[in-house]
Amino acid sequence: MSALIELRNIWVEYGDKIVLERVSLQLAEGSFVAVVGPSGAGKSTFLRLILGQEPPTRGQVLLGDMPMRAECGPDRGVVFQRYSVFPHLTTLRNVMFGIECGQAPFTARLFGAQRRAARDKAAEMLAAVGLEHSLDVYPAQMSGGMQQRLAIAQALVKHPRILLLDEPFGALDPGTRLDMHALITRLWQEHGLTILMVTHDIGEAFKLGTRVLAFDKRRHDPHAPHRFGATVTYDLSLDRKTLPPPALVEAVGDTDPRKEIA
Amino acid sequence: MTRLIDIRPGRGGRFLLGALPILALLFVYLLASEARHADNPADKVLPTFAAMAQAIHAFTTDRDPASDRVVIVADTIASLYRLGVGLAIATGTALILGLLLGVVPLARALLGPVVAVIAVIPPVAVLPILFIVLGLDEASKIALIAIGITPFMTRDLTSFVVSLPAEQFAKAQTLGANSWQLAIRVALPQLMPRLIAALRLSMGPAWVFLIAAEAVASDVGLGYRIFLVRRYFAMDIILPYVAWISLLAISSDALLLFASRRGFPWAHGAGR
Ligand SMILES: Nc1ncnc2c1ncn2[C@@H]1O[C@H](COP(=O)(O)OP(=O)(O)O)[C@@H](O)[C@H]1O
Ligand SMILES: [Mg+2]
Repeated sequence: MSALIELRNIWVEYGDKIVLERVSLQLAEGSFVAVVGPSGAGKSTFLRLILGQEPPTRGQVLLGDMPMRAECGPDRGVVFQRYSVFPHLTTLRNVMFGIECGQAPFTARLFGAQRRAARDKAAEMLAAVGLEHSLDVYPAQMSGGMQQRLAIAQALVKHPRILLLDEPFGALDPGTRLDMHALITRLWQEHGLTILMVTHDIGEAFKLGTRVLAFDKRRHDPHAPHRFGATVTYDLSLDRKTLPPPALVEAVGDTDPRKEIA
Repeated sequence: MTRLIDIRPGRGGRFLLGALPILALLFVYLLASEARHADNPADKVLPTFAAMAQAIHAFTTDRDPASDRVVIVADTIASLYRLGVGLAIATGTALILGLLLGVVPLARALLGPVVAVIAVIPPVAVLPILFIVLGLDEASKIALIAIGITPFMTRDLTSFVVSLPAEQFAKAQTLGANSWQLAIRVALPQLMPRLIAALRLSMGPAWVFLIAAEAVASDVGLGYRIFLVRRYFAMDIILPYVAWISLLAISSDALLLFASRRGFPWAHGAGR
């Protein structure tokens, strides 16, 4: 498998606070990479870096062997924990948005046959995430799980090379979360996606991922905790039987997920 | 026992409760007016309802010599025209500036401080300047309303766009939106209900500026009329005029709220 994204000795600093240090890794095409780590470890920062929302302080990000510009673009899709859909658009219009932006630079609106084609494509994508019966409702009228389904459909309609998910299921109740696990696994397989998912739930990471990255601080200065950043402390390739190491479970401070999986 | 904070009146109950203080105020006025007239039948400060009815009859039938319209109609048309044009200029300017400043950080850095400085100038203080520069006609009155409202609305709309979640802007960019598409498809539609809300809040100050300008230099208008008849202590005209202005203000507010609910259902609890 080829590397879709490569990070070379990345540092991210805010003022004199170092958030990430010495992060070097490659993400393979077609992989499902789960990122775990304690709160504040810099998982979202790592995701924003690959998204291009902000540049690294030092180091290089390569996308398909080309240096990546620190700007969000349609080759990388994203779903955040909240605010990933547009509240003023119906479900269908939310998904059509990406198509309209691509095809109509000035009006960002389509008419006639183009509009019907965009509408059909959007409806098809919504059916793929199970929202075929909610085409004309506004996000505020939908449950949290439905909104996240919508956010995923909205991103996938642009066929991104990598789908970035930042705690996408963190605000959902356990039953809905299980449904979403099944959905994302199916989409990943059917569409041949490459996924990078941040989660604070180790069980989720080991259940869904083909690879788990753990971020944490390797060094601590008790007098100046901000002087050391987090880096990759575990990098595990998974087959379906791999269990999280006890030290990792303890570091993330979650309930032991190994019983759940076993 | 039901707690006080848990007792919620129904629709009819709310109406009755709301009407109660208004009726009470009218009743108190009636008593005070009668008492004063018992002392001095020629009292002008608190005219009786009969006297007011007579005044109302006069200004709804007599004609304004300049326009040959019924007095109150001529006044209302003149005032609403000034108010409408002033508010339209303010709304249009604030919408464009708010969108620009909210979406483009460079524009915000360039124009934000100027808007902030203009916003702290008391508008009525520049009224003499407007009269000197624009003359005593309509332009200066319209300009006062526009100048008085625009900075506030601009700042309100700018801060609203800035406070839209960064996630939405990132998401739009990953969906291929450029700056222009982002402004017109993400920021602008979400700004519209806020624009109406800001307009509703601006109506109060707008009336103040209008009446101030009309009081100083005018020959027709609601504010002009009130300040004209003040010279004769004509409370029987002033009070109905004030009531009429309040009615106009309440109905325009209700109209704007209705338009917002109709046009932007997603912004009002998403009900369709
Ligand atoms: N824009 C920013 N400016 C300053 N500090 C930031 C900024 N973004 C994140 N941080 C800091 O970086 C650290 C990591 O944040 P984040 O990546 O959100 O962690 P996680 O997602 O793992 O919980 C936190 O301590 C946070 O306060
Ligand atoms: Mg986070």
